[in-house]
This record gives sequence, structure tokens and C-alpha cells, in this order.
Amino acid sequence: MKPKETAAHYILSSSPHTHARSSVSRIMLDVVLALLPTTAAGIWFFGMPAVWTIAVCVSTCLVAEALCRLAMKRENTIGDLSAVVTGLLLALNLPAGIPLWMAVVGSVFAICVAKQVFGGIGMNPFNPALAARAFMLISFTGPMTTWLKPLWWKTPDAVTTATPLAAMKGMFTAEAVASATPHAHQSLDQIPSLCNLLVGNMPGCIGEVSAIALAIGAVYLLWRKVITWHIPVAFIATVVVYSLIAGGAPAYAQVLTGGVMIGACFMATDYVTSPTTASGKLIFGFGCGLLCMLIRQFGSYPEGCSYAILIMNAVTPLINRWTQPKPFGAK
Amino acid sequence: MKTVKSPFKFKGGVHPDYNKELAREQPIEKLPLPAELVISMSQHLGAPAKCLVKVGDFVKRGQVVGEKNGFISVCVRASADGKVKAIEKRLGPAGGKADAIILDTTAKPDGEEAAAPVTEPILPPLDWKTASREDLLKRVEDAGICGMGGAGFPTNVKLNPPPGKRCEYLILNGAECEPYLTADYRVMLENAPRIRLGVEIMRKILGGPAVRIAIEANKPEAIKAMEDAFADIDGNVEIVVLPVLYPQGSEKHQIYATVGRVVPEPPALPIDVGCVVENVGTVAAIADAVELGEPLLTRVTTVSGDAVTTPKNILAPCGTKYSDLVAFCGGEKVPPAKVVSGGTMMGFAVSTLEIATTKTTSGLLLLSPKRVTQYASQPCINCGRCVRACPMNLNAADIAKAVEADDIKAAEDAHVMSCIECGACSFSCPAYRPITQFCRRAKNSIRARMAAEKAKAAAAAKK
Repeated sequence: MKPKETAAHYILSSSPHTHARSSVSRIMLDVVLALLPTTAAGIWFFGMPAVWTIAVCVSTCLVAEALCRLAMKRENTIGDLSAVVTGLLLALNLPAGIPLWMAVVGSVFAICVAKQVFGGIGMNPFNPALAARAFMLISFTGPMTTWLKPLWWKTPDAVTTATPLAAMKGMFTAEAVASATPHAHQSLDQIPSLCNLLVGNMPGCIGEVSAIALAIGAVYLLWRKVITWHIPVAFIATVVVYSLIAGGAPAYAQVLTGGVMIGACFMATDYVTSPTTASGKLIFGFGCGLLCMLIRQFGSYPEGCSYAILIMNAVTPLINRWTQPKPFGAK
Repeated sequence: MKTVKSPFKFKGGVHPDYNKELAREQPIEKLPLPAELVISMSQHLGAPAKCLVKVGDFVKRGQVVGEKNGFISVCVRASADGKVKAIEKRLGPAGGKADAIILDTTAKPDGEEAAAPVTEPILPPLDWKTASREDLLKRVEDAGICGMGGAGFPTNVKLNPPPGKRCEYLILNGAECEPYLTADYRVMLENAPRIRLGVEIMRKILGGPAVRIAIEANKPEAIKAMEDAFADIDGNVEIVVLPVLYPQGSEKHQIYATVGRVVPEPPALPIDVGCVVENVGTVAAIADAVELGEPLLTRVTTVSGDAVTTPKNILAPCGTKYSDLVAFCGGEKVPPAKVVSGGTMMGFAVSTLEIATTKTTSGLLLLSPKRVTQYASQPCINCGRCVRACPMNLNAADIAKAVEADDIKAAEDAHVMSCIECGACSFSCPAYRPITQFCRRAKNSIRARMAAEKAKAAAAAKK
């Protein structure tokens, strides 16, 4: 008699039958955890407005994601935590005093326009948080460039101030005219001390100010193997080399201000919008650093980092085409 | 003879949970002859053997029941005395069906008393030192030996390089990088002298190549056993200790790790870079075939997993049903959720324990629900882990996306035919994408297209 071949119900599937047990949500959780130090630093320096901005961005992103998926009749994806990462990154790239309704508009733009229109996670050509930031910079230029003084809640006299970037921008030209003019010295005085730059005691976006907190997060991501060193190192090295050649503000100031740290470690390393291979990542990081410095030197806008990354996002498919891995044994 | 560390590290690779401790310390145990054997005509790579017996025939242990049927093919011999109960298509471990002889090992010919156990050898023993190279090759062929590591390539074909190609290195594959499996490990520990004899015979057949014995660093006892067995061998023989990395046992990667040579893309073979790689079990089988005249009728299979009562390394006749192996291990500890023929990285999930072992069955795993996850795959987030894990350095993410979009041409352009289906990409994908399966799909459809084109060209040539 022929045995019944379906008596037991064993699971059938294609090999492998084991897994590294990594998951998209765990990766996203790691990014959130890595952002906690800089989130804490931002809240310390900018107080309750920072808390509200972060809370509003994260919750709006989650709601927007859920509603988008519902409207598109696709499965709900808020469980993968990518919307949390987008909301948190957007908030960390906003000035603390931004009116909350603007934060809501930005978050909706990030999820609905920059991400879900393209099909959701994995499909977006641009980093959603950065696309939203660029959208907000154009739409709400004033509030997006009004900065709370760090620790304003301790000394409630002058509440808003300028970022060091504006002063640094002038130094490119000043230095070129005469390297030791009083003007240049004056500008140098406007750059916070190295200590303040590292700790983050300077005006800026909520999450971009504290280099130390950002570095702790970056080391965590490297240790967890969520990111590789290629993009951050290429990005920052390019900024350093450029500023050494071009002169102007000291290289350390270029790296520690204007979102280079958060951009290089957390925004440019976004998987979906950056190249796949190591060589591609190096090209990408170099391009980000170069564009960032070109914008800072010649552009009409002092910061440069966000636009540099967005432009490189657009180039990513091309870089991927250039940097296909060579198969083992291929000629 | 000396022991060296592998100086070459290939790109990629992963570290799955090995779980070898389950069966590692279990000595090889001989399975009592099962009442029924299912002897498949397709136990090797290439054309299935042609069945030579009919229902009702009585066969003797070692009798040729399936004839070699083509250049890439080997013969099949009965693994035991018995009566042919049926000849029918039976499900094999890899999912396909092939002709199989169902053998009742309890039946006796009418009027005959229980036959005394056969003591004389099945084939006349050969003295390898005096036998000619051709006789030795013929013996390997007659013994029905194929690669026992998993692929089942006919060994006599491998040992007989085409004209103009010379074997410079004979590489013994003792890596056994598949999780759970310890069959090769036990063979190295317990049958080291057989392996040495097999190496000497193969060296003669291949015209005296240098010998490299490749073993992963996590098997120090096996390294020791090999060092002892080969201590006084003459000639260029080295034991190469490989770093623990999956898929270290892959032929191409082992060649690179031991001698630093790179096998070009398919259809190139190891012999094109002067290498022949053989699994340690196969080498021991060659020794038995020549010195004892014993064809390949049994093999060691690891039965392991957290759903089996006592994991074991079992010497069983080829054609033993999985259910008999499991019963010999004390049965199921818990009902398994998944049964895998082979290891967890490249093995085949099977639907029933009625499937029987072949010459290439290195393991049988019973996995409890705890060890089995079912998941829905998510969109690729381009994290690049599959690309970094791929030992063939393929852009696995792009290949998977292309196949998902039914763009087989794009997958072909991305060198999917170089894929060795090791599973490292799927293993490391955080979005649980079945990348290896996508690659298989592309390869199968490309092979089908190539075959169709070939047939079309042949038909056109006829006109």
C-alpha cells in the first residue's frame, strides 16, 4: 500500500531554514535608541518646546502612516517603526520654537508625499525627513530659521539668536581678502568654543547641536552593525579636507555645526536612499561632503547639509549602477 | 605533512547557529536492517539509473539494480538482500519524484532457509599499489560512488579530468559548515585511517597531486585525528585550518581558502583551476570500494534537531526511510513543525518521514515550532546585508527585486547563474525576503530557456 504522503503537516519552505533573527523593526528601534542621547541633549538645551515638537512630529507621522495605508487599502505598517524614525529625525532637524502646526504639516508631508506616494518603506527616492525639512524651509522660511538660545529657559532675557553658520559663511570671503583682518577675528569670536560645539551649547536644530551625543549614537549603530563606517567617514573627511583647502572657518567648526554630524551619521546613512555597496557609499559620502561645503561657500543659504544629502539621494541609483559588486570568479 | 592556517579569506559569509553540540559526541551507530528499503534510481547528480529488476525478483546485497545511464550517472546497488515489492515513483528529499525499488528485506525465496550472512566481498578486493589507474577508476565507478557531501556528482567523472586538464591539488572537504551536521566530523574521528587510504588511492588515480585537507577551526579533534592519520605520509600534504564561516564547505570557496585559486563563472569547474574537491565521506567510501570490495551501500547520516529524542550519527543502508532513522533515535521528543533533509542552510524541507535516504543524505533534522518561524516578507529596505553576506559577491537585493518584478533578464545580467544557493542572503535579510528562492526561480527559468533554445537550434539544424 502506498503511504499517505500528507499525513503529517510539516511546514514546507525553501531553504534556508534558519535566520539571523534581525528584523526591520529591530533596526528602526536601534536607530531610535541611537537618537536618544541627542534627543535628550536637545531637550536639555531647548526645553519644553523641543519636547512638544518631538511628540507632535512622531505622533503625526504614525497617524499619517496609518491613514495613508488605510486609504491605499494596504496592510498597516506602523509596526515596522520606520514612521517613528522619520518623525523623530524630522523633529530633531527642526528649530525648537517652531509653531506646532507647522511641525504637523511637515510630518504629513514627510509620510504622505515623500514616502507613501512612492509605495511606502523601501520605495522612497528621498529621505522623507529631509524632504519634509526642505519643504518646510521653503514654506516657512522665517520660523525655520529662528533659533532658540541654548539654555534660554535658565536665562530668560534674549530668547532667540543666530546660528554660528551665518558668521562662518562670511569667513570664506573674509579670509580670502586678508587672512588676519579684524573682521575675520570678529567672526571667529562668534563661533562657540570647541567645548560648547562638542557638548552642543549653541543655537541650532533640536537634534543637531550635541556632537558628543550624536557620536555616541553613531558608535551604537556601528556596534549594532546597523550602519557601516563608509558614509559618515567619507562625508566628514570630505568636509574637513575641503575646509582645510578652502580656508574660512576652522575645519572642526564646519564639522560640528549645521547638521553635518546628524546628517553624516543618521540622515545620509538611510538605507533606502543611499547606495548599497561599500564603494558606492564612499562616493555618496564624498558627494554629500563636497556639495555641503560648496553650498556653504557659494550658496545663498548657510547650512547646506540637507540639500547636499537630498541631491545625493537623487544620484544614488546612478551610483548603484556604477558600483555593482564584481561576482567571485567573474572576469 | 604539516598543518597550516588558511591564508585566504573569501568575501561575505555568515555565522548561523551551528547547534552541532546536539550530535557531536555521539559515536557512529549502526542501524539494524530495516524491514523495508526504498532504493531510488536517482541518488546522484545527472541521469537517473536504469532499473534492472522487476517486481517479485529477489535481489542480493550489492547486486546492481540500477544501471548507469549516461556519462554523468552512476549505478545503484541493492543495499540489502530482499524481495522487490514494488517499483514506483517515490518522492525524493529534494521534492521531485523518481523511480524507486521498494525492497522487502524480510522476505526469503521459497524453500530457502534463512541465508547465512554473506561474508565474501561483493567485488574482488584490489591492491591499490599494484592495480592500474584504469582499474581503480573502474572500481570507483562500479562501486556507485558519488559525492557524499550533498551534490552527488559522479566521483569517477571527477577523478578522470578531461584531456589537457591536470589535477594539481586534491582538496578534502572536511569543513562541514552546515548547522547541526556532524556526520563528516564523526567519520574523520572514527575512520581516519580509511580516509588516509582513500587519499593514497585518489592520489594514484589523479597522478600525484598535492593534497590539502580542509577542516574548520571549530573541529580541533578532527584536525588532531587527521594529523595522526597522515603523520607519516610522504609528498605534499597539508591540513588547512579554515576560519569558522558559512559556507566554508562550498567547493569554490574551499578552493580559494586552501590554495588561493578562483574558479571562473559557470560553466567553469574546479578542474579548470587544477583542483578536485572531495568530501571526506566519499574518500572513505573509495577506500572501502578498493580495499574491501565494498560498494557504496551505506552512509553516515546525522539525525538531529530539538524535536528528536536522542540525536545520533547513524550508519544506515542507502534507502532507509526517515521514519526508521527517527525510531532508532527514540522517536520524536515533541511533534516537529518542520523536517529538513540536510542542514538548515541548504537542506530541503520535506512533507513526510516516508522519504528514504540516498547516497547524499548527510542529515535529517526534526525542528520544533520553537526553531521554526513563519513570516511574511516585507519590501526591501536596501540595507545591503545580503550583498555583504553573499560569498559570490552578487547584488542579491537587486536580483531579488528583478525576479519579483518578473525581469529574469535583469537577474541574468546581475550574474544570478553564479549563485550557489547557500542561503546566506535570506538568512541575513531583516525584511525576511526569500532572496535565495528568488535566485532559484531565476536560475530555473534561465535553464529552461537555455534548454528550449538548444532544442530549437537542434530542430533547426535537422531541417
